[in-house]
Amino acid sequence: MQIKSIFDKMDYGEAPESAREAQNWLKNHNYTFGNFINGKWKQCEDHFNTVNPANDQVLAKIGQSSPSDIDSAVKAARDAQKKWSKESDHARSRILYAIARLLQKNSRLFSVLETLDNGKPIRESRDIDIPLAQRHFYYHAGMAQLMQAELPKRSPIGVCGQIIPWNFPLLMLSWKIAPAIAMGNAVVLKPAEYTSLTALLFAEICTSAGVPNGLINIVTGDGKVGEMIVGHKDINKIAFTGSTEVGKLIRERTAGSGKYLTLELGGKSPFVVFDDADLDSAVEGVVDAIWFNQGQVCCAGSRLLVHEAISEKFYNKLRNRMKNLRLGSPLDKSIDMGAIIDKKQHKKISGMVSQTQGKVFQAGSPLPQEGCFFPPTLITDLHTADPLMHEEIFGPVLVSTTFRTPSEAIELSNNTTFGLAASIWSENINLCLELAPKIKAGVIWINGTNMFDAAAGFGGVKQSGFGREGGWEGLLAYSKPKNQFSPKIKSTPVKNQISKTDYIDRTAKLYIGGKQCRPDSGYSQSIVDHNGKPVTQVPLSNRKDIRNAVEAMNSAKNWSHSTAHLRAQILYYMAENLSARKAEFANTLQALTGRSDAQTEVEQSIQRLFFYAAWSDKFDGSARSVPLKAIALVMKEAIGNCGVLCDNQYPLLGFISVMAPLFATGNRSIIIPSETFSPIVTDFYQVLDTSDVPPGTINILTGKHADLAIELAGHMDIESVWSFSPSDVSRDIEKASVSNLKRTWVNNGCGRDWNSEEGFGREFLENATENKTIWIPYGE
Amino acid sequence: MNDSLTNRNEGCELDIDWVMSQSANTSAIERRAATLGTRRSIKKAHQAAWLLKAISCIDLTTLSGDDTAGRVKRLCAKGIHPIRPDLTRALGMDGLHVGAICVYHEMIETAIAALGNSGIPVAAVSTGFPAGLSPFKTRLLGAKEINIVISRRHVLTQNWQELFNEVKAFRSACGDAHLKTILATGELGSLRNVARASMVCMMAGADFIKTSTGKESINATLGTSIVMVRAIREYWEKTGFKVGYKPAGGISKAKDALVYLSLIKEELGNDWMDASLFRFGASSLLGDIERQLEHYLTGNYSANYRHPLG
Repeated sequence: MQIKSIFDKMDYGEAPESAREAQNWLKNHNYTFGNFINGKWKQCEDHFNTVNPANDQVLAKIGQSSPSDIDSAVKAARDAQKKWSKESDHARSRILYAIARLLQKNSRLFSVLETLDNGKPIRESRDIDIPLAQRHFYYHAGMAQLMQAELPKRSPIGVCGQIIPWNFPLLMLSWKIAPAIAMGNAVVLKPAEYTSLTALLFAEICTSAGVPNGLINIVTGDGKVGEMIVGHKDINKIAFTGSTEVGKLIRERTAGSGKYLTLELGGKSPFVVFDDADLDSAVEGVVDAIWFNQGQVCCAGSRLLVHEAISEKFYNKLRNRMKNLRLGSPLDKSIDMGAIIDKKQHKKISGMVSQTQGKVFQAGSPLPQEGCFFPPTLITDLHTADPLMHEEIFGPVLVSTTFRTPSEAIELSNNTTFGLAASIWSENINLCLELAPKIKAGVIWINGTNMFDAAAGFGGVKQSGFGREGGWEGLLAYSKPKNQFSPKIKSTPVKNQISKTDYIDRTAKLYIGGKQCRPDSGYSQSIVDHNGKPVTQVPLSNRKDIRNAVEAMNSAKNWSHSTAHLRAQILYYMAENLSARKAEFANTLQALTGRSDAQTEVEQSIQRLFFYAAWSDKFDGSARSVPLKAIALVMKEAIGNCGVLCDNQYPLLGFISVMAPLFATGNRSIIIPSETFSPIVTDFYQVLDTSDVPPGTINILTGKHADLAIELAGHMDIESVWSFSPSDVSRDIEKASVSNLKRTWVNNGCGRDWNSEEGFGREFLENATENKTIWIPYGE
Repeated sequence: MNDSLTNRNEGCELDIDWVMSQSANTSAIERRAATLGTRRSIKKAHQAAWLLKAISCIDLTTLSGDDTAGRVKRLCAKGIHPIRPDLTRALGMDGLHVGAICVYHEMIETAIAALGNSGIPVAAVSTGFPAGLSPFKTRLLGAKEINIVISRRHVLTQNWQELFNEVKAFRSACGDAHLKTILATGELGSLRNVARASMVCMMAGADFIKTSTGKESINATLGTSIVMVRAIREYWEKTGFKVGYKPAGGISKAKDALVYLSLIKEELGNDWMDASLFRFGASSLLGDIERQLEHYLTGNYSANYRHPLG
């Protein structure tokens, strides 16, 4: 009878995955967990509950770490790292490989445990999270094996403190741990408070895989434990994935500490649908973009931008599709959406939705009686001023508006403080490839969405954070140049026998937008030569001059899309013109610094211009082998507007060494020359003028580093600040950079020998560019 | 179950703009196809009921040069009693039969006689099968459904008007019999062509669109099916006519049948989960379903020889 009635109704039944093995595992741990430190379980005094959000049942008690727990974890990591970094590449590789194998062998246990703890559908943990985590360890087993051969100039950073979110617990763990240990680092990792279980199961796997004691430490707890890690003195690097709000706090807390930092933060990623897209496939793309993991995805395509001509048709298709979405027990193999992580998050989502002015449509199968569920939601008719168009909801809520032209689509896409990902849908590949470089985001998916692979870097720009995870570029976050910074550079000029000063006083101004102009302040500063004799005055710039220079940079935005050949040609031309005036520059340098090697410095400067001219059309992106019918292109893109404070050492070479790589890679820059010897740079204006340098691409402001550093770092339309200044400004820069989470590269009081390998190379080019991953699936 | 004789697709004017607006992003469609089976899992009683539904949608087919009257009669008997009577009874599904018996024209009368008053329609495959290039000439002889193959060259040369004329001619020659147009999708070159050809066939009045003869090197695939059912949906939304879908060839496992059924449910809805609008063109599928059903009832995996041959 029952069969007949199903035959007539043709509905779906339940298809539950068994939780027995996972429950047994919890039971074997007596439903109570401590920390995994130095290869051993260490009980905690305090505990909190971890709950299954699908039915509100307590799964286990998780330890709340104390400061002394963190101390012992860091100490264990420090000791382990010393040995680990001396292990052979092959030895490290084997450990990563063993972890990957064990993840695979226990994949179902991991999947079920993840779903119990997080509430995501078992289909996702089984088919996406856990396989991607395995893949990450396999891929980085290879990176460990290749480190010496392929990255001979990089060394480990040391002890890494890693803080991960609750949306992809094991996957984020693997993104953090695999590259770190592959490059010879040790880690102290804190899983999110809501989802610690798979990290703790992972700890057991580590023991079986032969991971040395102390190399991987798992410490659990709430945000306070995260703060302990961030503030710990003996941690060299912090890697954080989570909200932009917390990311900014971490940036502030670590400012001036010398800690390396990578942040993978929030997003409001555009999902752009053109009139010529395969609309049904685009609808399916939306499902994968915003109803994947209940929309609790940092790179979720949460902002739908539809071509106005087809918007109603598309919305109708989407609404119809939404009706078929099934919500239910996350362990049911027949559902599309599971539970929201926690009541707090649910409240936040429903609060945001309830206040919208837009047209709300909700659908999907009825919500389960118990547990924390939220229906798939589409909000249309929103204006760009609506908070929902800007704020990250982190739930299954899609907001939408329309556009008319490709350029409007680009403008709307970029009308956000975030820059994590974007999806572009059109059957016209020309159109897609026009948009891909112009949308400010770390990842672009063409006719697809939420594609991930260990071989293709993932990470954001703007307030979506910095640093990449995956690919060769991801290794930059877990290694440092061997020859970086020499703390012991002397900063006193070399006295010599030159007695005659033949510097002719010139009227130096500021160089903004290709023109020389007077400073806003109307003040100047005296410059003295090495004998203390005043030789000239240079303008004192202020924040308004920076503002003007930023406007000049904005007018030169096309520079970032100019050809690398052109950029090389201009750099060669600069070298040519500097070469023609070699003697004059050497004279001035000598007069200012009193150094006997002035001629060499000019010669080095010419060489350095050649060096970056040479690199300009050779600092390439690459195509990655991803296990999909797609090409993943990793493109080196200009960061945008940059500001740099120059060193006193080698005032000309130091200036050229930062200006040239930024220029070669298509950035627009404001350069603050050495405070002491700025006339050598103001003399360079004439070289710029005669070398066809496009206005606004290089701007030069003289003045006090201590003042200008904060203004540069605080300006929200500057994307990156470098400092090699002898003034103590590193901390201020890192702190002020929070305004728009700009990239920073500061010297923390150390010097650099510009006349050696420290003064040039890939490190400069890497810091001058962002890696953008463009996924291009294909097939006919 | 077979009220298909009442509701027919009346077709419409050939609308070239509408035809050309059809697009199909192969890569995205392949990704959708790859997750169809993993997004839905049909187990236990539901699986049994869904498999029985699959049986009711099977066009049990024999299209061989060595077909004889005896062979066709045996197939008809299998169509009337697709599963062992004890299994039918245990499942509470007395009276279950397949969707149609599909034979060459020469065997129509034999099949009609063998099927008697079972209610199972006879579907005939028109002459020239499978090349589809010989001049259209058919004798209906009481067949309720006629399968014809379109001229692929019209699609490959984008001669939509010719294709439209051809299908329209088939349709009028069929009279009251339902017209199933076989697109031979494996020979159309792209999924976009599949979408456009599907649309033209429906405009010309096809009652069913069908993937393949079962004899090309590439038969029904999930990707092709996604494109065709989406075309059916769009045609229905615009004209109000429900056109049926028939994947043929290569579907031999019970598990595959479940994925196809869930594809139909997801993309078209429950109305299409019925023999009037959905058929499997499959020869060996039934055998696998029979074994699965016995497994459902007994808890033990079954063997081929325990089930009567078709």
